[in-house]
Amino acid sequence: MRITIEGGRVVDPVAGREHAADVHVADGRIAAIGAKPAGFAAKRTLDARGLVVAPGLVDLAARLREPGFEHKATLESELEAACAGGVTSLACPPDTDPPLDEPGLVEMLTWRAHARHRVRVHPVGALTRKLEGAEITEMAELAQAGCVAFSQADRPIADTQVLMRAMQYAATFGYRVWLRPQDAWLGRGGVAHDAEVATRLGLAGVPVLAETVALATLIALARVTGVALHVCRLSSAEGVELVRAAKAAGVALTADVALHHVHLCDVDIGWFDPLARFEPPLRGTRDRDALRRGLADGTIDAIASDHAPVDDDAKQLPFAEAEPGATALELLLPLTLKWADEARVPLPRALATITSRAGDILGRANAGRIDVGVPADLCVFDPRAAWRVERAALRSQGRNTPFLGLEVQGRVRATLVDGEIVFEQ
Amino acid sequence: MTGLARNPQLDANGGLRHLLTLEGLPAAVITRILDTAVPFAAIGEREVKKVPLLRGKAVFNLFFENSTRTRTTFEIAAKRLSADVINLNIGASSTSKGETVLDTIDNLTAMDADIFVVRHSESGAPHLIAAHLNATGRSHVHVVNAGDGRHQHPTQGLLDLFTIRHYKKDFRDLSVAIVGDVLHSRVARSLVSGLATLGTPDIRVVAPRTLVPTRVEATGVRVFNEMHKGVAGCDVVVMLRLQNERMKGALLPSTGEYFKEYGLTPEKLALAKPDAIVMHPGPMNRGVEIDSAVADGERSVILPQVTFGIAVRMAVMSIIAGNPGPRE
Repeated sequence: MRITIEGGRVVDPVAGREHAADVHVADGRIAAIGAKPAGFAAKRTLDARGLVVAPGLVDLAARLREPGFEHKATLESELEAACAGGVTSLACPPDTDPPLDEPGLVEMLTWRAHARHRVRVHPVGALTRKLEGAEITEMAELAQAGCVAFSQADRPIADTQVLMRAMQYAATFGYRVWLRPQDAWLGRGGVAHDAEVATRLGLAGVPVLAETVALATLIALARVTGVALHVCRLSSAEGVELVRAAKAAGVALTADVALHHVHLCDVDIGWFDPLARFEPPLRGTRDRDALRRGLADGTIDAIASDHAPVDDDAKQLPFAEAEPGATALELLLPLTLKWADEARVPLPRALATITSRAGDILGRANAGRIDVGVPADLCVFDPRAAWRVERAALRSQGRNTPFLGLEVQGRVRATLVDGEIVFEQ
Repeated sequence: MTGLARNPQLDANGGLRHLLTLEGLPAAVITRILDTAVPFAAIGEREVKKVPLLRGKAVFNLFFENSTRTRTTFEIAAKRLSADVINLNIGASSTSKGETVLDTIDNLTAMDADIFVVRHSESGAPHLIAAHLNATGRSHVHVVNAGDGRHQHPTQGLLDLFTIRHYKKDFRDLSVAIVGDVLHSRVARSLVSGLATLGTPDIRVVAPRTLVPTRVEATGVRVFNEMHKGVAGCDVVVMLRLQNERMKGALLPSTGEYFKEYGLTPEKLALAKPDAIVMHPGPMNRGVEIDSAVADGERSVILPQVTFGIAVRMAVMSIIAGNPGPRE
């Protein structure tokens, strides 16, 4: 279908600029930005006056819960949430049941996702069989089946020899390895940042060392193996500093931070609020400030929603027993805008963290870009529209978010994938 | 769920609705509980040990984690207040059938419970229950925390405060040393909160570094790693129970070495003030954290603590149920 998005402000995160222009879409691609091509007749015109026209958002971590956890969420519910959140490409971690360690599972997932919606679902394959950290998976087969990278989700590899070999093998084929720095022992049993709040509440702590010890190991191994390392879910000031130093030393690595870590810290646990239970745990205000600075100066490349829909039964439990994570696909845009506003980061640069730079990490050249000729994956949003985060306002099957009750700004008006409107309001 | 953003134990007027933690409990509320417990302690010495303050009320002892001593003292306290007492050992029943804590609470509330006395192995479980009751319009049902994980054991903290006040009168010039496994101790957390609120100028924790919680100084204590320095000049020495399972990991090498370094012997007690009292929440491990000569010695107030515990629990239940004070 030929569509003209008229009168909006086009934000190009790669060029780092924004300008008023119409966007013309034909045959699933962006046909022109600005003047209408000769002979172009739009079947549909979207009025984007006062709105921003940006590339569709790219989310580096969204758990769709299939296969295995359909009682928490389904592809149906979560892809609808993605569309409503302006997310057009997402990577799903391998921590399904069974984990994404076999090509057949990956093919099934991508096929089911494709059959349902137009959101591009990019599975991240398991780096080791069953995520057990002992034997590496058939990475070449998994990559052929559609995996964009390999990861352990939230299960660290304790055996550093296995970790090194997994990196060597991945590097052989040029595959990316996405790992969350997490020492298998230092944070064992811990549920909260090991500091005053955890001490006060009597919660077992996860020290910052659990992140930095593992991160130092990952960086050393990445340097030697030459693997393309993506560091997932940085949580501490010291972690940001290690990434900054590694980048300065020329190590090929990228890093992301979870959306909730950009805004919250351990004090937000209040009196044991299970909605504030995360892995890695929410850390101190100093850590949060360092993460925000790291994002602003580019040390941290991307914000991941770290979307994790959890059913009420698994959340309404004593803090340590509650399942970690929050539903976040629909909050990725407004909470990124909130950070940009508070940190005075210009819109194109802020959006780059959830579009083009995330797309680079995904290894998909067109993801998160708004250029003539690329597939028309677009997010059209009203940057000033305010709404309150409430259970009923969310399309995700998971209603678990510590941001309930918060008034946010930024509302998606239309989402396009491959030039088709997949969401509109 | 958002009820957990605020401390749910006080009502809109600052009255005590639930007793979940001593942290943040105003000094006036603590003092009122201690004052209310004084005449209750006298009741224990009477021929007839009952008062009708909780007649017709149902007190459910919900023990998700086993405890004979605490459950028994709560049971005695409730019975002396003439309440109906129902003991439930949930650890062995519902949750093993897959029922959640809140399911259990909903069912028992439907049986017209007035007070839940909750013991749970997870920190924060009583808060979860209290927030759930508050959020579902059942704030007339009260929760008393009888120990949650490593978090708090507020009635133990109150009976410790009652005991200290009984023997030492004023908190404002005291040195109190809390010795042992502070990391895993809900007793220590409650006592520290209460002592700090009542203006105790010198609160010390004494333990090897493996058993000191991170940034514990932020709660208003001084940390000592050496026993002889930690107890020097103290008015009160509180010994904590060392759980046997702590010996399995890398926290401590052996009970023998622990006793040698941190066990309270007459020699170490001699470093405290001559009139220092010795406390212990029980049950004691003789020869592990405390020498029998001290436990049974004249400065030990460990058995009076148990007796005072009943009076303090009577005071807590009568206050939250809205019937403070016995009629003479």
